[in-house]
Amino acid sequence: MPDTHFYQPKHFYQYDDYDRALVGERVEQFRDQVRRRIAGELTEEQFKPLRLTNGLYLQLHAYMLRIAIPYGTLSSRQLRKLADISRKYDRGYGHFTTRQNLQLNWIKLQDAPDALAALADVDMHAIQTSGNCIRNVTADHYAGAAVDEIEDPRIWCEIVRQWSTLHPEFSFLPRKFKIAITGSPNDRAAVRVHDIGLRLWANEAGEVGFEVIVGGGLGRTPMIGKTLREFLPRDELLAYLEATLRVYNRYGRRDNLYKARIKILVHEIGAEKMREEVEAEYAAIKDGALKLPAETIEAIARQFAPPPLPHRPAVVAEVEGLKLEDRDFALWLKSNVAPHRMAGYRIVTASLKPAGAPPGDASAVQMEGVADIADAYSQGEIRVSHEQNLVLPHVAVEDLPAVWRALGRLGFAEANVGKITDIIACPGLDYCALANARSIPVAQRISNHFAELARQHDIGDLKIKISGCINACGHHHVGHIGILGVDKNGVELYQLSLGGDVDFGKTAIGAILGPAVTADKVVEAVDALVHTYLDARSDGERFVDTYRRIGAQPFKERVYAAV
Amino acid sequence: MPLFSETGSTTILEPLPFADWQQRPAWPAVSLANTDPVEDLAPHVGRLRLIVLSFPKFSDGRAYSQARLLRGRLGYTGELRATGGVLQDQLPFMLRCGFDSFESDQKGFGEALAKTRTLFSVVYQPAEDDRATASLLRLSRRNVHPAV
Ligand code: SF4
Repeated sequence: MPDTHFYQPKHFYQYDDYDRALVGERVEQFRDQVRRRIAGELTEEQFKPLRLTNGLYLQLHAYMLRIAIPYGTLSSRQLRKLADISRKYDRGYGHFTTRQNLQLNWIKLQDAPDALAALADVDMHAIQTSGNCIRNVTADHYAGAAVDEIEDPRIWCEIVRQWSTLHPEFSFLPRKFKIAITGSPNDRAAVRVHDIGLRLWANEAGEVGFEVIVGGGLGRTPMIGKTLREFLPRDELLAYLEATLRVYNRYGRRDNLYKARIKILVHEIGAEKMREEVEAEYAAIKDGALKLPAETIEAIARQFAPPPLPHRPAVVAEVEGLKLEDRDFALWLKSNVAPHRMAGYRIVTASLKPAGAPPGDASAVQMEGVADIADAYSQGEIRVSHEQNLVLPHVAVEDLPAVWRALGRLGFAEANVGKITDIIACPGLDYCALANARSIPVAQRISNHFAELARQHDIGDLKIKISGCINACGHHHVGHIGILGVDKNGVELYQLSLGGDVDFGKTAIGAILGPAVTADKVVEAVDALVHTYLDARSDGERFVDTYRRIGAQPFKERVYAAV
Repeated sequence: MPLFSETGSTTILEPLPFADWQQRPAWPAVSLANTDPVEDLAPHVGRLRLIVLSFPKFSDGRAYSQARLLRGRLGYTGELRATGGVLQDQLPFMLRCGFDSFESDQKGFGEALAKTRTLFSVVYQPAEDDRATASLLRLSRRNVHPAV
């Protein structure tokens, strides 16, 4: 294939010499650290934070490399390179995560520097994707294309990415630190369950600023973040972040790994005191070097200028015809296609959850296939969603049938986005050393059981999230149905919770239903939950709405009668 | 423990632990735990010649904030020494936070210190070493070549 994609104009931040130099130098620094580790000059304890902050994590069977996909945005060229790297240094597939990263599960230590150098070739890195530092900043996966957007959050993600990269003061924090940014009132970035969540909004005067939410998080102590600042002027963002991180670095607990996140600090000293501390620190630095000059903001914003999309028809006879002819296409339009800010375009989600597949996995061939589709139909751009799917942000209505067919050939056209089989699952016992129980096989069994598409659409929007242990990487707390692997005397059991939610204004932590069930009963239990809902729902109610209306009791009775 | 600095000059003053020093604040050298309030040194920084900050473990990063506050906020200009879990791979961070002397028993530490400033030609955030950030350099580049 000709290399035309190299010359496509890009509509998101492109590295300049400075960015390239830094990432390249970081690779060389790590190459030397790996050499010293292999030569025995560094102990594993000394090496650990170094490899973690370069994305290298030791799992059950091998090293895992976690690659950052800042704000979930990729060019087709970058996605092809990821496919390439997965083939060359891994087993030819990768796993997209809930934090807009890509994980390769079978990396060899001595190959890691070369894999990182290959990433640097396409302006990517794995810096700070692990370790007790500021992690990859995540954003709404519809950014720049969404109808309801106030401002593209990726502008701010990029500003934060640069500020946080190799930050000299905040590279040895009490614990990891996750920041998410949304630019829409319909939050698709789960900002209330991050260490810091930022929500762009316009005040009465029409000025755009940030609501700053601090101390949310899942894990073993799930908490909804508190608003420290209702409205922060945009150019003061970095000063406010630095003030917050400084307070956390100084006063966050370090005596207990499980109490070290900022949410515990906020909880223990109270939101009021936290606000006082942060505001005092902020007052001392706000007019200093971190204040963002308008020119700097504009220069970065220009790089995110939306692609100049040509006018395309909003209503297309072929699409309408196919909708009537082909039920699967009609269902796909309903669940996997979202409105775009331009009438003749749509946002298409490629489902990485075909029936029975491990959620979020993609082979090198599939990655290349998606890159080709993006080149042909979506301005060469791809997004990774925190729901572990891939998104084509700018597809013309006219092209929907072709995109649907092409995705179908890759196995990514399952019409299940937001449905019961669009499951989020952590790696679990198949890969993770901390796991109590398997996650992926449970997801696969549920997915197979509910594979019938018409039935899924009848059941409607239902989010199942599965974690293999209390660390909650599968976000089970905020699943409409949450499933948590627990270990009882060496037996893998699963605890169910209901009513979790991440939608803005409705963010809630799910409530535990009752005693944990055995692995072979999980599907029956979920089936009983679904039937309870189907029998009790009134018009237009989603599963979680019915649950909120009728409470846990009817669900509980039916589940424990069934298992 | 061997002591290193880029210039080779370090003071021989014996630092007093913070609690003892508070009894004798005229003494120009003090050693802080990473939970001691650096702000309390404000009236004395002009007189102090040595402040020692401690890393109980290399992974405990509280002293980075103490260092930046001493340099940036309180304007301390004397020797700022890192002690405890001090390893060569932390040097890029430590230099940027304003440390200028280091106690470390890691083999090869001195050679690593001499090379640290060559590791990264770019920095993204303002710190205590007054290096121009990438963002500032871009601004001045744009002002020289307004068309770019
Ligand atoms: S939730 Fe537990 S089992 Fe799953 S990936 Fe995280 S640490 Fe591992």
